[in-house]
Amino acid sequence: MALNLALKVSDLDNVATIFANGITDGTQVEVRDKRGESFTLTVHGDVPYGHKIALTEIHVGEQITKYGEEIGIATQEIKPGDYVHVHNLDSMRGRGDWQKEGK
Amino acid sequence: MSYQFMGFRRPDGRVGARNLVGVIPSVTCANDVAQAIVTEVQGTVGYFHHQGCCQLPPDLDRVTETLTSLGQSPNLGAVLIVSLGCEGTDFEKMYKTIEATGKPVRIIGIQELGGVSNAIQKGIDLARQLVIEISGQQRQPASIEEVVMAIKCGASDTTSGMASNCVIGYIADKLVDLGATVIFGETTEFIGGEHLLARRAVTPEVGQKIYDIVNAMEARAKSLGCDMRKGQPTPGNIAGGLSSIEEKTLGAIVKSGTRPIQGVLDYPELVTDHKGLWIKDTPGREPEILTGMAATGAQFMMFSTGRGAPQGFPSMPVIKVCGNPNTYERMKNDMDINAGLIITGDKTIDQVGEEAFQKLLRVLGGEMTKNEAIKYFTSIDIHCLGPVI
Repeated sequence: MALNLALKVSDLDNVATIFANGITDGTQVEVRDKRGESFTLTVHGDVPYGHKIALTEIHVGEQITKYGEEIGIATQEIKPGDYVHVHNLDSMRGRGDWQKEGK
Repeated sequence: MSYQFMGFRRPDGRVGARNLVGVIPSVTCANDVAQAIVTEVQGTVGYFHHQGCCQLPPDLDRVTETLTSLGQSPNLGAVLIVSLGCEGTDFEKMYKTIEATGKPVRIIGIQELGGVSNAIQKGIDLARQLVIEISGQQRQPASIEEVVMAIKCGASDTTSGMASNCVIGYIADKLVDLGATVIFGETTEFIGGEHLLARRAVTPEVGQKIYDIVNAMEARAKSLGCDMRKGQPTPGNIAGGLSSIEEKTLGAIVKSGTRPIQGVLDYPELVTDHKGLWIKDTPGREPEILTGMAATGAQFMMFSTGRGAPQGFPSMPVIKVCGNPNTYERMKNDMDINAGLIITGDKTIDQVGEEAFQKLLRVLGGEMTKNEAIKYFTSIDIHCLGPVI
């Protein structure tokens, strides 16, 4: 059976990227870092190939980190194993909508 | 180790990887005449853009300069300019500047020749003479230091930043270390990573320039008062797992490698004595960035993709490096290098990097890329900043 692999790029990251097909709610994945160290995590939600899951609890307004850098902030309470994408991650850049609203 | 490639030495000293006759419409209204000439005459390529009239003067200058740089590029052995006669671009300056490189240049005017059919007839006769004039030229050995590589990623997904862009970063570092020139761009995809690039700038001024071009690009993106998401990242990027421009950026800048950034080139600029790694201020969209990159005088482009972007450029071979193993299987007819094997754990970045390096040496020497062989390269354009008026 093919390994359900999720890669964590930097030690600072609180998400990992899944490189496996057919990941559905309750599937276990192996989260591996660049040193090859790994742990198992249960995925919540159906996660397509190349999409991300949370590795830690992330509260609303907190930074989501990949490559050791900010890729956005959480717009919902996120638990380890939760699917992280545009439904619960907001970009901080190119926000003409905020400029218009005077944020 | 020293590397060489077999290329066409031009009178101005530049070395080309192709020996084509470029048919350049000086304005979009001349496209159909240029297209008719290119269809009829073997060994020609056309640049069917949509600019050159009813634009503000800075944009008209930008179009003139970009088309001039394309004409000066070493992959063209000769040039035929097709003018309408009443356009806003300066076709006479274009002619004179390209001619100064020493390569044969001709120009026709549609209005002056009495219309479309006369212009097509005259253009075919001139293009045929040019093709015959240059087609006997032989390739000669050239140093790897003569290489100008353009790089780009398109139709990215999350594999791009972890596989295909890493391969291109490997090659970028290797070519810079060998004394060649490497150009990367896509200013939109510096948003959220500009601090990382500015740290690699050779001077504080270059670092500030990087911030300036990113701020200007972001201000343009915000000017319509909406969230740029869907515009960048694109719906395809988002379907591929990229959640924000910041995430796309952090994966995209990996392809620039790790070497110092020497400076920032303007969109139309042709490289002269620029060695090492340079930025060119361009948008991310293919038709415009590929034109801007070809206008640097790059002999070829390394192009990373995850979702599968097949397009090339008329006079610049584009090598596709695919980071997504599923996409590679589906689209292997359009992909030149399989970097998906890094994601599956079957190969290392260095192994695929060396494969891609050998491929680029062969492409410089004449081997066609997949998009080049099927002429998948006609949708091009020039990036302008102001309105059409």
